[in-house]
Amino acid sequence: MNNSPFIRKPATVRGVMLQVLAALLPGIAAYVWFFGAAILVQIALASAAALAAEAVMLRLRGRPVGMFVSDGSAVVTAWLIALTFPPIAPWWLVVAGTLLAIVVAKHLYGGLGQNPFNPAMAAFCAMIVAYPQLMTQWPAAGFTDFGAELQAIFGADRRLDAIVMATPLDSLRTVLRLPDTRATVAGILGSGATFGNIGGKGWEWVALGYFVGGAWLLWRRIITWHVPVAFLATLALVAGAFSLGGPDKFPGPTFHLFTGGAMLGAFFIATDPVSGATTPRGKLIFAAGIALLTWIIRSFGGYPDGVAFATLLMNICVPIIDMKTQPSVFGHKRQSGGDAP
Amino acid sequence: MSLSTLFRFKGGIKPEAHKDASAGIPIAPAPLPSRLVIPLRQNARATARPLVEAGQRVLKGQIIGAAEGTLATAVHAPTSGLVRAVEMAPVPHPSGLEALCVIIEPDGDERWIDLQPFDHRNASPQRIRDYLRDCGIVGLGGANFPSHIKLTPGEAGIRTLILNGGECEPWITCDDRLMRERAERILGGALIMREITGASHILVGIEDNKPEAVQAMSAAASRLGAEGVTVHAVPALYPAGGEKQLIRVLTGVEIPYGKLGTHFGVQCFNVGTAYAIHRAITCGEPLLSRILTLTGNMARPGNFEVLIGTPIRELLPLADPRPDTDHFLMGGPMMGFALPSLSAPVVKATNCIIAASPALFPPPPPEMPCIRCGACAQVCPAELQPFELYWHARAKNLGKAQEYHVFDCIECGCCAYVCPSRIRLVDYFRYAKGEIWAREREKSAADAARERFEFRNLRTEREKQEKAERLAAKTAAGREAVARAAAAAPATASAPTAATVATASAPQPRAADATKALIQAALDRAKAQKAAVTPRNTDNLTAEQKAEIAEIEARRAKIREMARPHTPPDE
Repeated sequence: MNNSPFIRKPATVRGVMLQVLAALLPGIAAYVWFFGAAILVQIALASAAALAAEAVMLRLRGRPVGMFVSDGSAVVTAWLIALTFPPIAPWWLVVAGTLLAIVVAKHLYGGLGQNPFNPAMAAFCAMIVAYPQLMTQWPAAGFTDFGAELQAIFGADRRLDAIVMATPLDSLRTVLRLPDTRATVAGILGSGATFGNIGGKGWEWVALGYFVGGAWLLWRRIITWHVPVAFLATLALVAGAFSLGGPDKFPGPTFHLFTGGAMLGAFFIATDPVSGATTPRGKLIFAAGIALLTWIIRSFGGYPDGVAFATLLMNICVPIIDMKTQPSVFGHKRQSGGDAP
Repeated sequence: MSLSTLFRFKGGIKPEAHKDASAGIPIAPAPLPSRLVIPLRQNARATARPLVEAGQRVLKGQIIGAAEGTLATAVHAPTSGLVRAVEMAPVPHPSGLEALCVIIEPDGDERWIDLQPFDHRNASPQRIRDYLRDCGIVGLGGANFPSHIKLTPGEAGIRTLILNGGECEPWITCDDRLMRERAERILGGALIMREITGASHILVGIEDNKPEAVQAMSAAASRLGAEGVTVHAVPALYPAGGEKQLIRVLTGVEIPYGKLGTHFGVQCFNVGTAYAIHRAITCGEPLLSRILTLTGNMARPGNFEVLIGTPIRELLPLADPRPDTDHFLMGGPMMGFALPSLSAPVVKATNCIIAASPALFPPPPPEMPCIRCGACAQVCPAELQPFELYWHARAKNLGKAQEYHVFDCIECGCCAYVCPSRIRLVDYFRYAKGEIWAREREKSAADAARERFEFRNLRTEREKQEKAERLAAKTAAGREAVARAAAAAPATASAPTAATVATASAPQPRAADATKALIQAALDRAKAQKAAVTPRNTDNLTAEQKAEIAEIEARRAKIREMARPHTPPDE
């Protein structure tokens, strides 16, 4: 017998996922504008690999293939992988990363809704550990020669010298850590080759695109304000404080917010509901933790960006965060309202 | 209207209201049905005791079921007629189970009992509450909670009375119509309740999607000229008409699970209940009918004044369900249930019958896994984390479910309404509550059994110990006697034993003596006991009795002889 409620809002998991994909479009558009169409090839590769892996895993696990393949969750993972991997990485790198995300990080843990780790971030971390060189070859801003990019992705003979450039985060880190360097943050940022006005040539516009998409997700109530606000505020605060104390050694908050994976992380990665904290206070703690760890890894760690590792580290803490931040229930908190009139 | 601040409750949803279908149509009386089925069972804890039997004639308003137990109210004959039966019949309940009902065949005369207004001003509060109980007054908002219990002030007293005209469920418009058409009598009932409870304020809460009702109630309030009555248009946000939510919106007070409004000096009544109380006090009429909405997939939806006990099947032609109707809901689509049988009658809780078609109420789509998106937590008016509760209920982790406040769930359905994975969350919570209750019952039964068992063990243990003590005391007494005997012995028997005193075997005869003495003592005791035993009933018989016994014995022998199986000679 069917029970109440008998009516339902026409909301679906697929609807949620499609809106997340739509929100990524402004960022992708800026990406294509500054770095060429290679990213679209990577997105296509990752999506195809994700859907294939999803279908095979669902069949192996005896789940309804059609219902779950069409839920869109695998495509969201695929897009996030494509957007965090270098766009000129060889085709097999993004495919391998996607397979790892879908097969291991998602389905071996029980599929949709069960994965303790963000699949895209797990893939990123695995690949940057396994192929550190390939994962740090990024195209220079303004390099939009699609033919050369295709050659880099599919060609057997990868000649990248003309294309490759370190990312702003990477070059800043490298220069600042040279022994007895006289370089200062202001000096490096002013050099202009890699760095734009805020967070790196091109990258700041991509970040702005993610910000616009994320704001739209907020307006659509797909995500709540807690994660992006706590993430960006924490990153800005800690970067601002250290930059004030040591302006030569530590770049300021605007650089940190608009470079690397910060915006993508704040609106699209730390907001993943499955692997993230879910209570309002928990979301604040979770996102602040990711931002803090990201800054620490960026400033003192061995990898150029820290969002992926920070996310996985905070994913581990989610159960305890959620358990310790359960909100109080109607009638069980201190009476906030007035007395009866 | 008042400008005083309203409060907000967290969560809530805005489903499509569908109220236009029936809100514009005035209340019409439903015709007398061919028979009335009046359930005596009123809630899980109260069934009225039948006072009539088949073949008896009853008058309209006559008590046919007496209130027994604290949560019971009286049950009345909704019209005059002939009691056909007092038997089990289907009642409107999701389970489809039957309950004890009085079945009345109306005679069409509508002959009333002698109606007397009740002078509540000269009656003690207890008398008034008893009167309302005997008038069968219960909450007409759907929960059917006996009103006389809600009118019992707690320690805090009742300062504020709230009239609930929220009616937040989609489709339902019976309270809207009642307020538009009979506002003065509703407020009259509220004023009576204020006198009974000594409350100072009456707050009327009506969702702002019913401007006509707000206006009618405000106009009635100013016509009555009563002080301290304010009508508030509260934002239409399901479940604003939920009792706890409306109290929160109007007063800011949050009533937790397991507490009544009276604990906080607030009490809330549905507008229909106030109307029924007014009729009971001023006219002496018990609760015999209610307003209900017939709507949904119907050609002529509307509101009808219907006698309690009218079979739903007889009611439907009034609104003319369309041919593609495949089932009917009682109550609203958020908290109502699908009627298992249309022969079930209208009860005091029946505020709405919705004709459902696959187009209007499509079957639930398949569930997807929870993606922890938290949409449910954002709309939960009880401020729960439904997805966490779901997790625990699904894992049958009932302790955790209780820890996460599953009993604070009011089953309003907001969570299931918004869930993108279409998980029927409320079903999981109903299941968890049911399981916990069942286990509590089992546990208390087991506790009782264990207590009995432990007491039995304790008793046997105590008896054993007492026996042992008695025995020990006797043995000690025996030993003492032996010791005394032994002490006396050396004087007489010292010569024969003197030679053997030095030998190793010397103690043996003495030990043997002691044993012998003990045995002797025991034998003596047994003999004494035997002598003390009362004579058996076969001893000391008169000759007459002996003759009788002999006769009986002879008869028994004869019966035994006859009862012995005979083997036929030819087999």
